[in-house]
Amino acid sequence: MKHFDIVGHSKIWYGISSLIIIAGIICMFTRGFNLGIDFTGGTLIDLKFDKAVNINDVRTTMDQYNLANSQIQLSGKASNATSSQDVMIRTKDLSQSERENVMKGLKDKLGSYKVLREEKVGATIGSELVINALWATLLSWLLIIAYVSYRFEFKFGLAAIMALIHDTLVVLSVFSLTQKSIDSSFIAAILTIIGYSVNDTIVIFDRIRENLKLHFKRGGDINELANRSIYQTLTRSIYTVLTVLVCTVALYVFGGDTTKDFSFALIIGFTCGAYSSIFTATPLWITFRNYSEKKHAQKRLNTKTAK
Amino acid sequence: MKRESFFKLAVAIVAVIGLFVYFVKPLAFSIRQGLDLQGGTHVVLEGVDTPQAKVNDDAMNRVVKIIENRVNAMGLTEPVIQREGQRRIIVELPGVKDPNKAIEVLGKTAMLEFRDEDGKTVLNGSDLKDAREETDQQGQNLVSLEFSPDGAKKFADLTEENVGRTISILLDGKVLTAPRVNEPITGGKAVITGNRSLEDAHNLALLLRSGALPVKVKSIETRTVGPTLGQDSKDKSEFAFTIGIGAVVLFMLLFYRAPGLIADISLMAYVLLLLFVLKMLDATLTLPGIAGIILSIGMAVDANVLIFEHFKEEMRSGKTVRWAMDSGFKRAFVTIFDSNLTTIIASVVLFFFGTGPIRGFAITLGLGVILSMFTAVTMTKYLLKWLIASNIIHNPRLFGVSSASVSEKAVK
Repeated sequence: MKHFDIVGHSKIWYGISSLIIIAGIICMFTRGFNLGIDFTGGTLIDLKFDKAVNINDVRTTMDQYNLANSQIQLSGKASNATSSQDVMIRTKDLSQSERENVMKGLKDKLGSYKVLREEKVGATIGSELVINALWATLLSWLLIIAYVSYRFEFKFGLAAIMALIHDTLVVLSVFSLTQKSIDSSFIAAILTIIGYSVNDTIVIFDRIRENLKLHFKRGGDINELANRSIYQTLTRSIYTVLTVLVCTVALYVFGGDTTKDFSFALIIGFTCGAYSSIFTATPLWITFRNYSEKKHAQKRLNTKTAK
Repeated sequence: MKRESFFKLAVAIVAVIGLFVYFVKPLAFSIRQGLDLQGGTHVVLEGVDTPQAKVNDDAMNRVVKIIENRVNAMGLTEPVIQREGQRRIIVELPGVKDPNKAIEVLGKTAMLEFRDEDGKTVLNGSDLKDAREETDQQGQNLVSLEFSPDGAKKFADLTEENVGRTISILLDGKVLTAPRVNEPITGGKAVITGNRSLEDAHNLALLLRSGALPVKVKSIETRTVGPTLGQDSKDKSEFAFTIGIGAVVLFMLLFYRAPGLIADISLMAYVLLLLFVLKMLDATLTLPGIAGIILSIGMAVDANVLIFEHFKEEMRSGKTVRWAMDSGFKRAFVTIFDSNLTTIIASVVLFFFGTGPIRGFAITLGLGVILSMFTAVTMTKYLLKWLIASNIIHNPRLFGVSSASVSEKAVK
């Protein structure tokens, strides 16, 4: 069976990725991100209902105002109760009229209450944490490049890192384009995606390395070898991404409202991570390889003519 | 040999499934959970105007910073510290044993003063560089102070002028200790003695290190609150997670048949082992930590998929089952080693340089990958060896290989 030439069509794959990322970056600059209350702060409403209310009903009511992912905490004696008289809600900043609507909705649906507190609250995640996360991540990338360069070669390391930057950018783009809310768990989601992306890429690179060692002669068809390596590991690539997707799709479909954006990020990221190992990292590696081969050939030629 | 292998295999499978069914739930729920999953203590602190210091925006922001330092020094995982309105601060702490004591430490103004005999304040907390709790040779707990260069000079002057007299060290206006000065102290170091427990010494040192609050604060409310993710969301996500893992287990069985069952057994052992280690480390689990666990499960499954795919490849090239298994393992191991080591390197960096949620993620991922190297490689290997040696499987399809692609000879 003749396989489709994946790496030969790299322009198409680069094109698709660039399209999403460029659209995303434009969107990031024009509309930005929909940052959650962890980053922006918001409004805290602390209510004492006359009768105990169910947390599910509170969230359903909030959902009518598109506030289902608000932070809703019950308080009382046990921290794992699902109903209580004391309900504390943190939402994004609400305008006067929005707040009145929400308050009225809660009263109509759940009964009367006393307002204990209703105040603006600040952010819980400072820029320090984000900057610290960025530095730690960058440092980990450098070490990954170093390790891959040591075990493979620098070009593999560079291609792997470019693929994970690609994945991070795609997820950021999707979140900017869809204006889904970004909260503190998003940082963890991005780190998870990066971890997956590198791991997945290395498996294919490892196959390329093996094939290079065993079946490759100087001047051979590198595209054919890369394609073969991709197809040899394809079953594994699909099975592995399916298992992590099954887990996260279950979390997305059956999980609670507050973890929906988190699992959505993971779904996009895992899919993208699996895609980029084949369609971004491998063609990039070939591009780097061809470039350095050409330079070497040029050098050889130059030294020859110099003699 | 045949019967012995079969016996070992059966015992291992029954033991792992038994342990899993019996222990997984109690073990998972005995691990401490963070604010997002479990909730904790919700405290509201309010700034109070005093003749010395009025509450303003700048002062409250500084109070937030200092309280952050104090909470972090208590070693609590991912607390929430948040401004509320003009003069209040919300502090949410996950699972503290003694909330009242924690609040007391958090809300202390902690203004340190060194006074001479005439009651004049010569040094205060801002002249300190560091404070640590210590136990001296007599077994007495004390707090050792180290002054800043400026403070060291002031302290040298104070002790020089007061030889033979007493100086007093006060915290929030109360005398902690009033030692007699025997000779000038120029080293920039001092100790606060007094009969206190090591924990009290630790708390005092912590307060002095984090600095004095610019305004007085009082706690106006303390209560227990549910998880910040919402108990409803948590219950649903727990259910979803169970379904997800169940589907992965089913997947492996469908794809790989007998080896799939082995992989599932290893996966169960892996989950138990990870939970056990987290429990032993007294770790606090939060959502980022769970993300790390999901990823590490993915990688554990990946390791087995890699092994089985290599195995199938070797079978198709006409090798015997045993030989195919051996070389499949050898080839897969290089890949697993490189991909996992890269992940471990990243986790170590994130753990040492990251804060809060990043550390929570790094610890479960890093630990998970290390442990899965053992279960997904070593354990799977032994189980498969026993499976093959016990000679119970004759149909290659049960190894996930279609019989057409395997020569008759290879199966025997």
